[in-house]
Amino acid sequence: MKRIKTIETRDLKTSVKTGGCGECQTSCQSACKTSCGVANQQCEKCVSEK
Amino acid sequence: MIHCYKQNGYNIVLDVFSGSVHTVDDLAYDVIEMYETANKDEIVAAMLEKYNGDDSIDEAEIRDCIDDVEELKSEGKLFATDDYEDLAFDFKARNTVVKALCLHVAHTCNLNCEYCFASQGKYHGDRALMSLEVAKQAIDFLIEHSGSRRNLEVDFFGGEPLMNFDVVKETVAYCRSIEKEKGKNFRFTLTTNGVLLDDEVIDFANKEFHNVVLSLDGRKEVHDRLRKTVNGNGSYDIIVPKFQHFVERRGNRGYYIRGTFTHNNTDFTNDIFHMADLGFTELSMEPVVCPPDDPYALTYDDLPVLFEQYEILAKDMLRREKEGKPITFYHYMLDLNAGPCIYKRISGCGSGTEYMAVTPWGDLYPCHQFVGNPDYLLGNVYDGVTKPAVQDEFKLCNAYARPDCKDCWAKLYCSGGCAANAYHATGSVTGTYQYGCELFKKRIECAIMMKVAQAQSAAAE
Repeated sequence: MKRIKTIETRDLKTSVKTGGCGECQTSCQSACKTSCGVANQQCEKCVSEK
Repeated sequence: MIHCYKQNGYNIVLDVFSGSVHTVDDLAYDVIEMYETANKDEIVAAMLEKYNGDDSIDEAEIRDCIDDVEELKSEGKLFATDDYEDLAFDFKARNTVVKALCLHVAHTCNLNCEYCFASQGKYHGDRALMSLEVAKQAIDFLIEHSGSRRNLEVDFFGGEPLMNFDVVKETVAYCRSIEKEKGKNFRFTLTTNGVLLDDEVIDFANKEFHNVVLSLDGRKEVHDRLRKTVNGNGSYDIIVPKFQHFVERRGNRGYYIRGTFTHNNTDFTNDIFHMADLGFTELSMEPVVCPPDDPYALTYDDLPVLFEQYEILAKDMLRREKEGKPITFYHYMLDLNAGPCIYKRISGCGSGTEYMAVTPWGDLYPCHQFVGNPDYLLGNVYDGVTKPAVQDEFKLCNAYARPDCKDCWAKLYCSGGCAANAYHATGSVTGTYQYGCELFKKRIECAIMMKVAQAQSAAAE
């Protein structure tokens, strides 16, 4: 497309079927302890499949 | 829902419910912004008027651009619908398992930091150390309630956990002795102020701890102003050489230097850069969470300054990356390809359900920030959760539980935000801490901008 470039991202709609294993890290355990951000967590399944 | 913003010369369009990220030129940006509120002819007319005098843009160009938008829409990458609300309601009834514990092995501290949410480690209660018996019982509780979950996390927290290092070591040994037969994989984190770091601790941590969180606020004068020893002296000179030694021995991985910024240092990027100058690369800096009348509390007047700081940080990180000297900032860590699935994005941090804090006496709380609040005592490691009504309140804490989040583009990035912050700001765990939301949204915008910049650099090479 001439005017729009799309960055490759995980399709959240597909993840309804493929996600939910729950093996990912608990958000607050890593470094913040005083806020909540889930976006910067990684998917255990995706990482192990890489 | 889409979120359009401009930063660092990029026009960025985030499609909230698909997770797609697009970088667009000015015409496409304007077309996308109008797309849901105007028909094609109206868009064409508006664009012809706006770009009057720009020879590169005529009606055919505008219609081509609209066609591209419609193609992306048909592919589910723009204006994707919100199909997740029903999933969120199902979460209320779900059976949850426990997968992480924050073990408060020491409700005491060897520093006297003014802004400590844990009230100098005591959590507004008595000083205490966790016994090995309580720690083992906590681990048994975790295993028993973890279902088929393989990866279990234990954070040694305080107060200052190294004031009870023997129990830390023995708890780790206990976990290692049973994890195979139980089909589990323990990952340990240590959060420490560094005062008691020595080679024995470092060797142990580097062998056993998946992650260590090392508390440093940045520049010496900033750090020493609030992170004082019990004698009232600054702690910077005590801990920085220890942290440098620790990180070097650790091989510069699996750690965060974690700071807190306050109203006193709204130019906090200088503290992050100072950390980098000290040789640290894995960095985290959190806004202070405290009552608004505390002298160091962040104010609404600080917000524009903080927004600018986050942009300065993002741009500088891109520069450092180009120069081959990258640093990591915790809140800018976005993996757009291998990030969390929609279930994680809806369900949030898991406090009170998947994640609990354990006091030295074995009491269970939804998270470390609720410890000491009797209204939120969940139970204990011997009897389990004895107040399911409290737990049910936390099961509801998801991206769709808070009315304020309904129209927010960032809800699948923060999952509705921190329950403790919401409680302290509004009196309800399903409220929202608006100030934190503003900072969070800015951080996500910066993080996505960095991804766009990196993708463009990669494409150009």
